[in-house]
Amino acid sequence: MSGARAASTSPRALRNGDVGLVILVCVCVAVFVPLFNLIPDEKSTIHVPDFLVALVGKLTCYAMVAVAMDFVWGYAGILSLCHGLFFALGGYAMGMYLMRCIGTQGMYRNNLPDFMVFLDWKELPWYWRGFDHFSFALAMALFVPGFVAFAFGYFAFRSRINGVYFSIVTQAVLFAAMLLFFRNATGFGGNNGLTDFKTIVGYALREPSTRATLCGLSGVALAATYAICRAIISSRAGRVLTAMRDAQAKVRFSGYNVTSYQLFAWTLSAVLCGMAGALYVPQVGIINPSEMQPSNSVEMAIWVAVGGRGTLAGAILGAFLVNGAKSWLTVAFPTAWLYVLGALFVVVTLLLPGGILRVFAGLGEARRLAIGASEARRSDSSRVSSSRPPPPVLVRKEREP
Amino acid sequence: MTGSRSQVASSGRLACLAAALLLVLPSLAHAATGPFELALSGLSEPSPEAVTRAAEVIAKTEDARALGLLEALLDGDVVASEAGRVYLRDKAGALHDAATGAPSGGEACHEPPVDNGVRRVLGALIVQLQLRDPDSRVRLAAVESLAKTGNADDASALRAAATRERDHSVQRAITVALAELDLASDDPGRRIVAINAIEAAGSTSLRSKLQAMVSQSDDGSHAEADPGVRAAAERALRTLDRKQFLIDRAADILYGLSTGSILLLTALGLAITFGQMGVINMAHGEMLMLGAYATYVTQLFFRAHASQHTSLYIFVAIPVALLTTMAVGAILERTVIRFLYGRPLETLLATWGLSLLLIQTVRSIFGAQNVAVENPSWLSGGTELFEGVVLPYNRIAVVGFTVIVVSFVAYVLRGTSLGLQARAVMQNRPMAACMGIPTSRIDTWTFALGSGVGGLGGVALSQLGNVGPELGQSYIVDSFLVVVFGGVGKLVGTVFAAFSLGIMNKLLEPIAGAVLGKIVVLLTVVLVIQKRPQGLFASRVRGMEAG
Repeated sequence: MSGARAASTSPRALRNGDVGLVILVCVCVAVFVPLFNLIPDEKSTIHVPDFLVALVGKLTCYAMVAVAMDFVWGYAGILSLCHGLFFALGGYAMGMYLMRCIGTQGMYRNNLPDFMVFLDWKELPWYWRGFDHFSFALAMALFVPGFVAFAFGYFAFRSRINGVYFSIVTQAVLFAAMLLFFRNATGFGGNNGLTDFKTIVGYALREPSTRATLCGLSGVALAATYAICRAIISSRAGRVLTAMRDAQAKVRFSGYNVTSYQLFAWTLSAVLCGMAGALYVPQVGIINPSEMQPSNSVEMAIWVAVGGRGTLAGAILGAFLVNGAKSWLTVAFPTAWLYVLGALFVVVTLLLPGGILRVFAGLGEARRLAIGASEARRSDSSRVSSSRPPPPVLVRKEREP
Repeated sequence: MTGSRSQVASSGRLACLAAALLLVLPSLAHAATGPFELALSGLSEPSPEAVTRAAEVIAKTEDARALGLLEALLDGDVVASEAGRVYLRDKAGALHDAATGAPSGGEACHEPPVDNGVRRVLGALIVQLQLRDPDSRVRLAAVESLAKTGNADDASALRAAATRERDHSVQRAITVALAELDLASDDPGRRIVAINAIEAAGSTSLRSKLQAMVSQSDDGSHAEADPGVRAAAERALRTLDRKQFLIDRAADILYGLSTGSILLLTALGLAITFGQMGVINMAHGEMLMLGAYATYVTQLFFRAHASQHTSLYIFVAIPVALLTTMAVGAILERTVIRFLYGRPLETLLATWGLSLLLIQTVRSIFGAQNVAVENPSWLSGGTELFEGVVLPYNRIAVVGFTVIVVSFVAYVLRGTSLGLQARAVMQNRPMAACMGIPTSRIDTWTFALGSGVGGLGGVALSQLGNVGPELGQSYIVDSFLVVVFGGVGKLVGTVFAAFSLGIMNKLLEPIAGAVLGKIVVLLTVVLVIQKRPQGLFASRVRGMEAG
């Protein structure tokens, strides 16, 4: 696919100061949180408590989803309302592996997962085969969401379903999938889903070290997700995507195959989402069809919108902020959370269409421009500008959405 | 039990005559004497045998009051005085003379001794009386209960009833009941005749009996020994199955119409806000919810202030729901939605946020639990269309209500100046503005109208199921699909889409199960939209990016 051609990070990618923020977040999640959880004594003030490790790991997975979502919405202009499905599919693939890891340790001391024994099934359904192997499950966690996205996207984009229609249709697909997974006969544990996991590749999931490792891996995965999306966006393909978002017909008339660009961005986003789901499930310990509720997928869009559509760092920021607030408010003020969330949707779309990051960036940009202008008058030795090539005339036109 | 009944009756008549003679003096004092009045006093006898005899005589009189009296006797609601007067106890516990209906004078009374033997006789007498009842529904019930007990004496009673029966449905029930009794007959010829009668009457309720006749046990022996009877039974089974299949499909289509009308009601408001105005109104489901809660509040108000007219609350609830949701819609349009015109994805998110706010507000006011909205008394119950196909009245009412609401919307859009201006604004806003149409006010009104129609849908939903804060959420996906499937901006398309999806859903349900059926419907719609992105009834729009 043409988008993957220019995978090297171009200088322009580093131009937006947000890379530093992302690196900071990733290093924190991947290195500091696990280390400060494992090494210091529990009573020490710098010890990171276990619950915080679990929370950070969870939020990091959400941040990956937000990056994937922003990639396809903020840059390619496709608002998906079914990223929860891809997330859950990745999660289910990992959950199936974890179920197989339980072996005969389950309640019924049977080699089959408990819910199958309960349903009086005698052998594994064919689609559960192979999930005893970690690598296979991992591959499936990426492949299945990708395949579903590709198959659906192929037909949708070919029929030139765009904009809101696409969103509504994705929501219908998500809803159908949720109904399917709620059925006991589908073979994924019905509405209880998959849970009671014991080990992952031989390590007990209860152990703090396993949890810290998973959290660290999430940080690494987030960095990888960010790097991939960043690389594509800064490539020529990324510019086509952006152009497509702003004026699809013009791009099409210029001879670009819009459908395959859309399909590529869409499928990649789904695969990244699946990866997030696969990391999410061992940390949370359960996957069930409620992950596919339409509201969850719409919430994913608000993470991106809060942080700043069209800025990957903003998506990460938004995911951490919104979900952090959710974790705190649902405990501290249970009734207030929906008000806050509802108000967030309204306020952000009405008053902050660029998201939080743009507000800060706007302030920073104004300051930098002022400094840059005054420095340029004095000399040309500004460290910041000398390390960069001359800025392009217009990287991304700030479109009034 | 009834084998001895004729003897009991004949001897009972004598005994009763004697009893009547004995008691003739006090009886004369208070009533005109017919056979019914004469027989009544037998109930005051202290022995169960005498009561039995009296009851049989009373039944023989075929008096119009006899059935009620015997039923009351069976229920223990009859008392008799020493003087031979018999009183019926009504629901409030007051006593009335069984013959004249006059209130009791307050003398000492005892309950007639009714033991199991008496009850058995009473049951049989009541059924016999019911077979002569002027009300055909009572006769029908009597035939059915006779068919269940199934013995030879009942058969003769049924045959007697068949000769004087005029009502078609009771006649048919008697035929079927007789055939059912004959199925157990020792004579193969009678069994075949019975099977043919069942086949001709198309009584699917006897299917299992026929099935049992043709079944083969493990050792290869047939439950029905006679091969001719078996062949007849198999043929009858095929006929019945064919008939059952047709009935089932017809029922599916009827239920589908009902489901479709619900879909239509929930989607109709959206067809205005989304279809006409292009607002991706994710808060539409909450308009349904608000409409349902408006109905609930109206009901509460009626209970508190006008409890004698509670069954009429629904007629007040309809305008209340309409106005409430119209007001909410207008407020939302003025404060939020108007700033988002032309930004569909942002509208989607903002209206989603609005829906969360509305849900949480309602939850804070009314609590998270479902509230009970009761059907008005005239909407509960149902009517049986075919054997086993019952259409509840509330479903029928919803279909009728849908017709009214659709006509109302069509009238507003086609026949009023508001509709004309709304359509003009949606088609070409700058031109409409140039012609002097106040476009922004029309936007508010149109959005309010769409919301109000959603509120009307909520009134209907409140009559069908639970009313809770999340009521709307479950309808939002379906509603959008209906509008997109039918073709955005086309009211006819919405109507067509709703009914076709409803019927398709119900036809698929018996084949694939409820959940899979729903999934198949959803995926079909998604596929159809892939093929025809502009929906089934596309509006012709010039330009490359329609919508």
